[in-house]
Amino acid sequence: MNPEVSGVDTVIDTVSAVFMVVGALMSLGAAVGLLRFPDLMSRMHAATKPQVLGLFLLLASVGLQLGTWWVWPVLLVAWIFQLLTVPVSAHMVGRAGYRTKHLHKELLTTDELEAVVQKAADKRDADDDETSGPA
Amino acid sequence: MMEIVLIVTAVILSLAAAGAIIRIAIGPSLLDRVLASDVLLAIIGATLCIDMAVNRHLNNLMLLVALSIIGFIGSVTVARFVADRREQPHES
Repeated sequence: MNPEVSGVDTVIDTVSAVFMVVGALMSLGAAVGLLRFPDLMSRMHAATKPQVLGLFLLLASVGLQLGTWWVWPVLLVAWIFQLLTVPVSAHMVGRAGYRTKHLHKELLTTDELEAVVQKAADKRDADDDETSGPA
Repeated sequence: MMEIVLIVTAVILSLAAAGAIIRIAIGPSLLDRVLASDVLLAIIGATLCIDMAVNRHLNNLMLLVALSIIGFIGSVTVARFVADRREQPHES
């Protein structure tokens, strides 16, 4: 056996092993965050770790272990679609969580959505007054 | 070395899945449960990746791509139709 080739193999195995363990630890971190954080917004912060960085590390370890060039575009497609779709669901869940008041207002440092919601509520009230006549 | 990595990641991912399932069970609101099920889906994708990397096959690759493309539809649908069932002050 050629010692040079086996050295490269050892390096690739070590790197992909580290990637796999770290990627699995991302999932564990998300679970710990889900269990310990106080409200929906902070839990969403923890939940995105395995979805983006964890998936990237594990796909990279798959590509390194298989060692063929043509799997990399497929893995890249999987990761890019994950990057495109995760913010959509996070946006919808966060917005619904805000509208149903599943958050601790005192934990927020800034709240830019409150002005928009207040404006929409004022406009709705004005419309109601117009249709029901002057009160 | 790969056997050790497999055992370590299996333990870690089992603990993570247990945490996500506990949050699904006790989650105070529907959105917490949806978020925890998203995390559970990510953990399942991670196990598929580790299976492919350790055993050096590509059987799960299309499943993984499909998961990353359409996995968000469930949580978007639930978040779109979630309603606040608690009592809220209604001034009018």
